[in-house]
Amino acid sequence: MDYEVVIGLETHVQLKTRTKMFCGCGTSFGAPPNSHVCPVCLGYPGALPSMNREAIRYTVMAGLMLGCRIAGYAKFDRKNYFYPDSSKDYQITQLDQPLCLGGGVEISGEDGVRRTIRIHHIHLEEDVGKLTHRAGCSGVDFNRAGVPLMEIVSEPDLRSADEAIAYLTALREMMIYAGVSECNLEEGNMRSDVNISIRPRGQQAYGTKIEIKNMNTFSGIHAALLFEIERQKSAAAAGQPLRQETRRWDPELGETFVMRTKENADDYRYFPEPDLMPIALSPEQVAAWAADLPEAPAKRRTRMIAEYGIPEYDAGVLSADRALADLFEAAAKRCGNGKLASNWVMAEVLALTAKTSVALTDSALTAEALGDLLKLLADKTINGPTAKALLPELFEKGGDPAAIVRERGLGQVSDADAIEAFVDAALAANPKVVADFKAGKQAALGFLVGQVMKQSKGKASPQLVQEMLRSRLA
Amino acid sequence: MEFAKMTVTEALRGMRAGAFTSVELTQGVLQAAQAAQNTIHAYVTLDAEGALAQAAEADRMRAAGQELPLLGVPIAVKDNMNVKGQPCTASSHILEGYVAPYDATVIAQLRAAGAVFLGRTNMDEFALGSTTQTSYFGPTENPVARGCIPGGSSGGSAAAVGGDLALCALGTDTGGSIRQPASHCGLVGVKPTYGRVSRYGIVACASSLDQVGPMTKTVEDAALLMNVISGQDAMDATSLDEPVPDYTQAWIESEGSEKPLAGITLGIPKEYFGEGLDPEVHTRIEEAKMRAERLGATLRPVSLPNTAYGIPTYYICMTAEISANLARFDGVRYGLRVPCDDVIEQYKRTRAEGFGAEVKRRILLGTFVLSSGFYDAYYNRAQKVRTLIRRDFEAAFAQCDLLLAPVTPEPAWPLGVYQNDPIRNYLSDVLTVGVNLAGCCALSLPAGKTAAGKPVGVQLIGPNFGEMMLFRVAKALELPR
Repeated sequence: MDYEVVIGLETHVQLKTRTKMFCGCGTSFGAPPNSHVCPVCLGYPGALPSMNREAIRYTVMAGLMLGCRIAGYAKFDRKNYFYPDSSKDYQITQLDQPLCLGGGVEISGEDGVRRTIRIHHIHLEEDVGKLTHRAGCSGVDFNRAGVPLMEIVSEPDLRSADEAIAYLTALREMMIYAGVSECNLEEGNMRSDVNISIRPRGQQAYGTKIEIKNMNTFSGIHAALLFEIERQKSAAAAGQPLRQETRRWDPELGETFVMRTKENADDYRYFPEPDLMPIALSPEQVAAWAADLPEAPAKRRTRMIAEYGIPEYDAGVLSADRALADLFEAAAKRCGNGKLASNWVMAEVLALTAKTSVALTDSALTAEALGDLLKLLADKTINGPTAKALLPELFEKGGDPAAIVRERGLGQVSDADAIEAFVDAALAANPKVVADFKAGKQAALGFLVGQVMKQSKGKASPQLVQEMLRSRLA
Repeated sequence: MEFAKMTVTEALRGMRAGAFTSVELTQGVLQAAQAAQNTIHAYVTLDAEGALAQAAEADRMRAAGQELPLLGVPIAVKDNMNVKGQPCTASSHILEGYVAPYDATVIAQLRAAGAVFLGRTNMDEFALGSTTQTSYFGPTENPVARGCIPGGSSGGSAAAVGGDLALCALGTDTGGSIRQPASHCGLVGVKPTYGRVSRYGIVACASSLDQVGPMTKTVEDAALLMNVISGQDAMDATSLDEPVPDYTQAWIESEGSEKPLAGITLGIPKEYFGEGLDPEVHTRIEEAKMRAERLGATLRPVSLPNTAYGIPTYYICMTAEISANLARFDGVRYGLRVPCDDVIEQYKRTRAEGFGAEVKRRILLGTFVLSSGFYDAYYNRAQKVRTLIRRDFEAAFAQCDLLLAPVTPEPAWPLGVYQNDPIRNYLSDVLTVGVNLAGCCALSLPAGKTAAGKPVGVQLIGPNFGEMMLFRVAKALELPR
């Protein structure tokens, strides 16, 4: 039988607030265990939560980015369960009145058609601590306890493992864009629970839902989904009914395992958190936050293609990173050549960030400097090799390209008489090479060009040199 | 000089006049407190060393010409308040060994005002009870009506002040836990408006009901303490941004007048005078009413029609919150731990050993009312009734300035009686829980004694942030000590 796969995702995205959700402890990653803790996030007797307004703002910004409706009234609830990673043995979360409702993420579907994966809601909750198990004992690190997380819950609109990854990729891009999360997967900034079921194609009713918990790499999610799809299909083919259950992905074994079944599901005894006031957001407040929101990446992609005449591929690469796209747009405007700017940003600038391991935002390269450099190149004041030689310096130290070119005399020599003299000298000094070329050895021309360039200290226009040599040797 | 018998106002006057020092005063009070530990047992722990050091510091400051609202005044605090460096057990075995790493906001406020911390007063375990008999450390005896309960849960604080073992104390009131023991021990006790005083650092009982308040010998002392502990706190999201007046100014204009209560209407809620009200208690309240009238007040019958639903509503809301608030006592991070290889088993054994019977009963009740399938019938419905109860008070305050009523249906009963009858104990809270459910403020004021010498209190109930009016009327109705 032909089965349709139905997938929905619950994705936890860590907000990049400087402090935790309910106390003043820091959120930086990699600190020594239990160094970012206080009576509040350790759940000490008498400690109370106080709301980090920045977490509310970030969640609303994320919601606006995904086209959600922002609730005018939201509240927090307690989810009760005992576990050593929970410092209060309840988690502060939002059960039924979350901050953001509806919205969606556009992806390129399996069939290549763009469609929207609907978002059910986004709620805000606190993270728990981290357990480490050793022989005979376990340790708890509460540094992460109380770090704000958004839970972005999709509708069951995804139809394959690839679509799930496309959705997560787009979601991640949008969250980074909105500036609400680093979405650093290695640091566990983005973790997903997946809900997956299969049904005979054409059937309306959903099949039995299996949940796979807490995965933080896209490759892991992809592999877990592929495994689970196959497992469910073979069970269905063998006539074995599936049970509603929660499973765990073991990346080493490449299999999912049962964690618990519906029969022994927890009763979380949710009730409204009495220590926090409900949140009332005025339309004016939401509008003020919306004004700070950057253009969504998909929209930006379309606009950049139209505005700068760059290929769709280029627009895709550039818009995937907000800082890169910002650099491109400003540089393109300054030098007046979109394609040139796009080539340089995608090839040279990205190569530099890769080579130096310095993020663009941490480098000294400004859009003004890059734009000016490309302008000097475009109007032939300098040649390509000179521009390429200057870029690492601008990346590392910054500076005004026009001033540098002037001071060091790097301007391109386009004076035919000056070049003519170098050509004469090169031909006279290398009769054997000239003979080789005339005998049909094309590579010999390159050597001669090199000689001329060397004599001009790299400032001659390589194109002009080549043209002259060809006409002299013809 | 009998230091421990002094009021806060008298002690401040004496120290400011140079008649005695805070060290002398503190020593005197500590002596009285220590002497009564084997009889009254008001304190769980006394911190003589710390208190004397703070007193010496207060004396140094005063000698240097500095003055603070409570400089050098010794105070007793309930065992559920975090005082940095002191144990804080909420009179429970499960918190034995826990030492507070921080000051509760009210403690920090008192510290900044120059107060001296004598020690920690006994209480019902986790403030769950109204007799102070559920304390892990044993009961406290009523210092006025000897052989009887002091009331609770702030029974240790009430016994300390009522027995002249402290000048003043802080208690907490979730369903009457300040007002009822104050009434039983002949004190002034204030349950401030919810949000008036910070709850940060108070071991939570029921978060939506708890408030910290003063327990003192006089109305003026209560106003002095309220001046120090009131105000919004960034660490307590439920504390409110409402200006803090000088509460000692509440009676300034009317004081000395023949009719200090002229123009004030006191509502008499008929439901608070129903069946079960002890005749002697009733008589003392009638006398208070007549005194109020003589002082110029107008009395007006009012109704709080949902009063009968107060107890069930309260015991659902409170136990639900308790069940979550007490979850953190799991032996993982602090306090008692009964070690075990399996963490779930460790939870079970730690909590089985650490909590007393009444605490377990309320955790079970709270867990039940929040359970899937029962939530709507219990917790959700209780929230709706709570709204109705709040509206009752709002409607009443549309017709009067304050309500006047008894605090408890009967005076303090003998220790040990009703101990195994939780329902009987719960029902005795009927006249106090409504205020907590509504969030408004109330004050318990001594109204005389029964023939057997048991103190009786009269309750004044005010609207939200009506503390100034409470103090004004209480000051006028206050009997000579």
